Amino acid sequence: MSLDPVLAPAHRERWLRRALANRSFLVGLSIASLVILMALISLFWTPYDITRLAVANRLLGLSAEHPLGTDHMGRDILSMIMIGARNSIAVAVVAVAIGMGIGVPLGTWAAARGGWVDEVLMRANDVVFAFPSLLSAVMITAIFGPGAINAIIAIGIFNIPVFARVARAGALALWPREFILAARAAGKGKVLITIEHILPNIAGLLLVQGTIQFALGILAEAGLSYLGLGAQPPMPSWGRMLFDAQTRIAIAPHLALFPGLAIVITVLGLNLLGDGLRDVLDPKLRRER
Amino acid sequence: MIPYLLHRLASAVATLLLASLVVFAVLEILPGDPARLMLGLNASPEAIETLRTQMGLDQPVVVRYLEWLYGMVTGDFGRSLTYSSPVIDLVEERLAVSLPLALMALTLSTIIAIPVGVFAAARRGRPADTVAMGLAQFGVAIPNFWFALLLVYVFAVGFRLVPAGGFPGWGETWSSHGQAFQALVLPAVSLALPQAAILARVTRSAVVEVMGEDFIRTARAKGLPQRIVLWRHALRNALIPVLTIMGLQFAFLLAGTIIIENVFYLPGLGRLIFQAISQRDLIVVQGVVMLLVASVILINLMVDICYAVVDPRLRDGR
Repeated sequence: MSLDPVLAPAHRERWLRRALANRSFLVGLSIASLVILMALISLFWTPYDITRLAVANRLLGLSAEHPLGTDHMGRDILSMIMIGARNSIAVAVVAVAIGMGIGVPLGTWAAARGGWVDEVLMRANDVVFAFPSLLSAVMITAIFGPGAINAIIAIGIFNIPVFARVARAGALALWPREFILAARAAGKGKVLITIEHILPNIAGLLLVQGTIQFALGILAEAGLSYLGLGAQPPMPSWGRMLFDAQTRIAIAPHLALFPGLAIVITVLGLNLLGDGLRDVLDPKLRRER
Repeated sequence: MIPYLLHRLASAVATLLLASLVVFAVLEILPGDPARLMLGLNASPEAIETLRTQMGLDQPVVVRYLEWLYGMVTGDFGRSLTYSSPVIDLVEERLAVSLPLALMALTLSTIIAIPVGVFAAARRGRPADTVAMGLAQFGVAIPNFWFALLLVYVFAVGFRLVPAGGFPGWGETWSSHGQAFQALVLPAVSLALPQAAILARVTRSAVVEVMGEDFIRTARAKGLPQRIVLWRHALRNALIPVLTIMGLQFAFLLAGTIIIENVFYLPGLGRLIFQAISQRDLIVVQGVVMLLVASVILINLMVDICYAVVDPRLRDGR
């Protein structure tokens, strides 16, 4: 389950060659890059200004001026999807950062200490896992007020035990290895060993898990903002767009189609990237499958 | 087997107790006094104080926690402030929607996923496998509420086959049973398909892993047909990861229908809790969340017991 202790140049070259030969990785990476690029472009430019309402243009179908049509307030759907991408990515990335930032230290600590620390941390993990995540996210955002920040916190909290578990499992597999024993024999402390030897070797596992949680975060954010608990209008979000589309589905089905496709394509891309990364970083697993 | 079960049971109870502390504590630190919320802005301080005493809010925290916990254990979940009826009655009423919905979705997803997973594993690396797993990749990426919207557009708006939302209640007659069932079809399908995609992927990789084992080669060598090898030997031994995911999914379905119930305006458990949260009806929130957490823990415990039944080796270990 682990990488070689030190990525020698020869290894790195093989890694790159495997990456370029891996279809999931390439397709996933391209899709993810496109979505991120779209979100970045939206910071400077969108086809239309979505803060300007033009009710005369409402619910237009697809046309050269509005490639994806307009919504019930005459706003350009393509522009809204571009800005929505920014919102989805921001929420999911920060939620992953929260999960990694807290979960990885906890997981590696549990693995290094063992004993009661491990037992307490893993029991706490079980408790968090016993709470249905979506329901709890709804609770957190409804109680502390809807909005992007609280959505990030609600999603981030449930990323913590996931990363703690992955980091612990990865670290536990490494502790008995010879190069760790050598480091201990050299008199290095557990903290130093964790930072110098454990972390670089579980980075791959964490990267793969991070990609998966990124995708799940985008789905969760869409769900929360569909319920009105995520980003608040006028900030467009994919989930909110789907909510607005629901009552108009009989007259303007395209309103429901495109934000949904945006979610599916983004999540699909990230999942492919995650699968590809796992194959690239750990070819042993690939052969077994 | 007995020590294994006892160990599992003890850790389930510990998890449950910790979870109850978390639920109680989170709702305890919430802003807003329930008594004040109930009586409105114009209530006199004396009236609020009287109600607080009535509701037991003037007791110390520890006493209230223990009383609440005792109530939970004895099936007394308290009374809802907004519905003014016992929480347990509300839950029972809503379970009549959520439980059949969850069961329908789980059945549907199992019926689809297990054959697809086994089929793909048997044809590993061939076009059929690639197509099946490609579709599963898509299924995993589809938000279930978006899929629900598409289903509504096609089957309710387009073909007018089923209602787009609402729930008529189970009623007394067969035809009212049928109508209630119809109202749950689209919600169940939209919940089931993304779940089926995950389950199919897990089934495939579990079966693929088992197919590499020696006893499969033995089964083949003694001339058993592929069908028997696959379904009797391989699937049976691949069941543990499949059961784990099914357990998780059932727990998710009971609670996670919150969005789907909103899409279809179904009066289920998810909507109950959603409304209770927005109305600050904390007693309902506490009760329902605890009930859901307890069922997640119970389901996980049952899955653990199933492991021991499926795999005798686990009985002796931890």
